[in-house]
Amino acid sequence: MTTPTTDRHADGATPAPDGDVLLSVEGLVKHFPIKGGFLRRGRTAVQAVDGVDFSVRRGETFSIVGESGCGKSTTARLVTRLLEPTGGTVRFDGQDITHLSEGRMRPLRRDIQMIFQDPYSSLNPRHTVGKIVGAPFRLQGVEPEGGRKQAVQDLLELVGLSPEHYNRYPHEFSGGQRQRIGIARTLALKPRLIVADEPVSALDVSIQAQVVNLLEDLQEELGLTYVMIAHDLSVVRHVSDRVAVMYLGKIVEVADRDDLYDRPHHPYTVAMLSAVPVPDTGRRQNRERIRLQGDVPSPINPPPACRFHTRCWKAQEVCRTEEPPLVPLGGPSHLVACHFPENVTPATPVSTPTPTA
Amino acid sequence: MGESGSGKSVSSMAVMGLHTSRSARISGSIRLDGQELVGAKQDDVRRLRGQKMAMIFQDPLSAMHPFYTVGNQIIEAYRIHNQVSKKAARAHAIDMLDRVGIPEPRSRIDAYPHQFSGGMRQRAMIAMALSCDPSLLIADEPTTALDVTVQAQILDLIRDLQQEFDSAVVIITHDLGVVAELADDIVVMYAGRGIEQGSAEAIFNAPEHPYTWGLLGSMPRFDRPPTERLLPIKGTPPSLIRVPSGCAFNPRCEFSDRVRGDACTTERPELLPAGSGTGAHVGHGAACHLPTAERQQVWAQEISPRLA
Amino acid sequence: MPTSVISYIIRRLLAAVGLVVVISMITFAIFYLLPRLAGASPETLATRYVGRAATADTVRVTAERLGFYDPLYVQYWDWLKGVVLGTTIDTGAGTVQCPAPCLGYSFRNQEPVTPQVLDRLPVSFSLAIGAAVLWLIVGLSVGILSALRRGSFFDRAAMTFALAGVSMPIFWTGLVALAIFSYQLGITPPGGSYTPFTENPVQWAYGLLLPWITLALLFSAQYARLTRAGMLETMGEDYIRTARAKGLRERTVVTKHGLRAALTPIVTIFGLDFGLLIGSAVLTETAFGLPGLGQMAVDATGSNDLPQVLGVVLLIAVFVAVANLVVDLLYAVIDPRVRTR
Repeated sequence: MTTPTTDRHADGATPAPDGDVLLSVEGLVKHFPIKGGFLRRGRTAVQAVDGVDFSVRRGETFSIVGESGCGKSTTARLVTRLLEPTGGTVRFDGQDITHLSEGRMRPLRRDIQMIFQDPYSSLNPRHTVGKIVGAPFRLQGVEPEGGRKQAVQDLLELVGLSPEHYNRYPHEFSGGQRQRIGIARTLALKPRLIVADEPVSALDVSIQAQVVNLLEDLQEELGLTYVMIAHDLSVVRHVSDRVAVMYLGKIVEVADRDDLYDRPHHPYTVAMLSAVPVPDTGRRQNRERIRLQGDVPSPINPPPACRFHTRCWKAQEVCRTEEPPLVPLGGPSHLVACHFPENVTPATPVSTPTPTA
Repeated sequence: MGESGSGKSVSSMAVMGLHTSRSARISGSIRLDGQELVGAKQDDVRRLRGQKMAMIFQDPLSAMHPFYTVGNQIIEAYRIHNQVSKKAARAHAIDMLDRVGIPEPRSRIDAYPHQFSGGMRQRAMIAMALSCDPSLLIADEPTTALDVTVQAQILDLIRDLQQEFDSAVVIITHDLGVVAELADDIVVMYAGRGIEQGSAEAIFNAPEHPYTWGLLGSMPRFDRPPTERLLPIKGTPPSLIRVPSGCAFNPRCEFSDRVRGDACTTERPELLPAGSGTGAHVGHGAACHLPTAERQQVWAQEISPRLA
Repeated sequence: MPTSVISYIIRRLLAAVGLVVVISMITFAIFYLLPRLAGASPETLATRYVGRAATADTVRVTAERLGFYDPLYVQYWDWLKGVVLGTTIDTGAGTVQCPAPCLGYSFRNQEPVTPQVLDRLPVSFSLAIGAAVLWLIVGLSVGILSALRRGSFFDRAAMTFALAGVSMPIFWTGLVALAIFSYQLGITPPGGSYTPFTENPVQWAYGLLLPWITLALLFSAQYARLTRAGMLETMGEDYIRTARAKGLRERTVVTKHGLRAALTPIVTIFGLDFGLLIGSAVLTETAFGLPGLGQMAVDATGSNDLPQVLGVVLLIAVFVAVANLVVDLLYAVIDPRVRTR
C-alpha cells in the first residue's frame, strides 16, 4: 500500500535518469586476509563484500539491510573510503574515487560524511561540544561566514540542541543528544552524501523516533542524500526510498521501498520480513512465519553458487551449481538474484533457467 | 517493558536474589509460589535459583564461562539441584540441547561457547536455564543481541518450551514487537516504577498512560502503511539520581496541563484500576492523574487516529 | 591431539628458539660494538687478556687467535658454532676442549664459561623457586581475600602494606632483615652461607630463608595488587552472574568460575617474572652474598669479559624463552579460545 504523502521528494516518484546518480558502485569487493602465523599466511580471507553493484540517486534515502556479517557495514566504510576496496569501482558524482590517495580524498571528505552507531564512543570525551562540532572546519581549514563559533552554534540549533551547549562535554548529554552532536558534526561542511551506519540502533525507542525525524527534516532542508545501514526493518521501511538486501557479501535484492516490503521476491527477504515481530497482539495467532533453519554460514568459506541455498526451502540442484545474477523482475527497478523467486504472478516471465531433474 | 534505566533488569535481579546486601537495599515483597523472598535466608533463596526460577540474559557470549564447555555448564546447573551421577547429568544435558534445537547434541555438548553462533549460544543458555525444569523463567532482553531471523527462532523456541515445560515466563525487553509476540500480561515501567499494567490487548489496544501512548507513537509500525512522521516523546528519560517530583513522566508529558492544579509535579500518582470497568480488561491499571474517562477519550479521539 | 594444537605448539617452539637467537645476536653486537665505538682496537682488546707487559707481537697473535680481526658476523658465527657443536680453544698455553654447549672461554678466569655458569645456576634457581612459591601463596591469597572483601579493614590494610612492599628497595629490606634476624636475633644464618640442596636440604632451605622472604616481599605485594584487580574485574563479569543465577554456592562461584579466569593473566606475568628472576636477582644476591648468576653477570660486565657476559645472557634468555613457552602452553590448557582459534 502506498500513500501519496510518503513521497517526500519531488523526484522520488519517477525513476531518475542516469544524470541524477550521486553515488555508484560496481563490482565492489573487499576481502580481509586472515592473519595467521607465518606458516599459513595469505591462504584464506574473509569475503566481507564480494561483488556488489548499486547506485544512489541525488536526494534519496538508500538503505542496505541484512544480518550481522552480511557486509553492510563494510560496504559503508568502502564507499566512504575509510577502507580501500579490493576490487570494483566507487564513483561519487561521476568521479572515480576507488583508489584515491588520502590527500586526493581530503577535499571529497567535505562532501561525504559518516554517522556512526555508537554515540558514546565516537565523541572524544575530553573535547567540548564546540570543539567536536567545529573540528571539521579546523581539519579542512574552512572559515565559515560569521566565524566558527557562530557556525557551530547554528549547527547545534539545527539538530535541536541549544547553542548554550557549546562549552559542555559529551558526558553531560544523554545518548540521543550525543547522536545529535554527532550529526551536527557531520553537517558542518554541508555534505552532499551522508552514510549512516546504524544511526539509531543504540538509542531508546522514544529517542529513536526523535533522531529519525531529525534525519528526515535535515534531508528535506539541506537536500541530503542518505545511505542508511540498518538491521531494524521497521525503521528502514519508515525512512527509505529504496532498499537493498545483503546476504553474505552480496546483494540479493534491490527495490523501491514499497515494492520490496509488499512483494519481496528473494526467499531470504521474504523470510526476514516474516520474522519481524509485529506490535499487534491480534496478529499473533494467525501469522504465517517462515522459520529459517540454522545460522548464516561463515564468510570465510561461503557456500558456492547461490549463497543462500543452505538455508533456503526452495533450493534445488541449480542453486548449488549456478550463481543467480541480479536481474530485473516484474519491473525495471526491482532486481533480484534468485532462481526461484517468490511472489511472482504467473504472467511474469521468469528469467531463470528451469531446474534440471 | 521499558527503556534503559526504567528499572526492569534491576527488578528481575531482585526476584532472583542477585543483588548483594552490600550494594542494594531491597524492601517490599517478592513472593514465588507463595514463598516470601525479601528478607529470606540467602541460602534458601540460592536453593530456589536455578531450580524454581531461572534466568537467561541478553548477551549469551559474555553470559557463558569461556573456559568451560557448554555441556559442563549445563551439567553443573543440573547437578546443583539434583543428586545424580555425572553420566546421568550428561545424558540429561544432551537431551536438553536436543530439545532447544541444537543439531548433533552428542558432539556439540563438548564444544566451547565461542565455537557456537549467537543463536546457538542463546539456545544453550535456554537449555541451561530449563535444565532443572523451573516454574519461572526470566528472560532479560533474550533476543536483543540477535539478528532478526535468529530472533524469530528464539522467540518461537521460548513459546514452544513454555508450553512444553508449563513455566511462567517473564520477558524483559524494550522492543514492543517482541512484547506483542510473547506476552499475555504487560507492565510498562518508567523511572523505576510500573506506570501501566494490563493484558497485552489492553496495553496495545486501549492504553491509558501518556507514556505508553508515546512509546506506541515512537515506533515505526511494521504492520501498517508507512506514516509520514513518527511521533516521538519529547525530552529524555530522567536520571534515577534525580527523579522528577510528583509523576516522574511530567516533564515529558503532553497532557499534564489538562490535570487540574499542580498534582503532576507534586503528587505521585498511584497505579489505580483503569479500563471501562466492563471486565474486558481485567487487571488493567495506570498511574496517571488524568481521570480514567478522560484518558479513554484522549486515546480514542486524539492518539489512536494518529497511529493508524 | 588435533592438528591445530600441534601447529600451535610448533609455532610457539619456533618463536622461543628465535627469541634466544635474537637476544644472543643483540648482546653479541652490543659487546662487540661498544668497545670499538669507545675507540678500542683489536690490540687493546687483546691486551686485556695478555696483560700490559706483553710485547706487541704477543698482543697481535692473541688478538688474531681470539678472532678480533674478523668482522662481526664471522665472530658471531664462530661463537654460535661453538654453542651448538662445541669447539677447541687455543689459550696460548695449550688447547682446551670445550664441548657443546660451549659458551666460550673466559680468558680472565682462564677457564671455559659453561662450567662456571652451570656452577652458579643452582644458587640462582634455588633462590628464585623458593621465593616464587612464597610470593604466590602470600600474594594470591591476600589478593583474593582483598577482592572478596573490598573496602573492608583487611582490604585497606593489605593494600597499604602492598603499596609499601612495592615501594621498598630490595637491598634496603634485605640489609634490614639481615641486621635484625641474623645479627641481632641470630635466628637465621648470616649472609654468604649457601648449602647445595643435594648436600643438605634442611640447611639449604635454612640458609635461603631470609633471601626468599626478602625477595618474596616485593613480589607478593605486586601479585596481591594484580590478583585483587583481576579478581574484582572477573567477579563483575556476566558469566559470574550466570553462575550465581544457577544457584551455585558463593564459594564455588568464586573458586570455580572466578578464580580460573582471574588467574589466567597472572600465569603470564609469573612466567616472565620467574624466567627473568633467574639471572636478575642481583640485588638480593649481593645483599646476602649468594654466588648466583646475577652477581656473575655484574662482575663480568664490569671487567668486559665478553664470553662470560654472553654466557650468562644466553642462559637467562633460554630461561625466559622456556618460561614463555610454558606459559603459552599453559594458556592453551586454561583458555580453550587460544587453542581452537
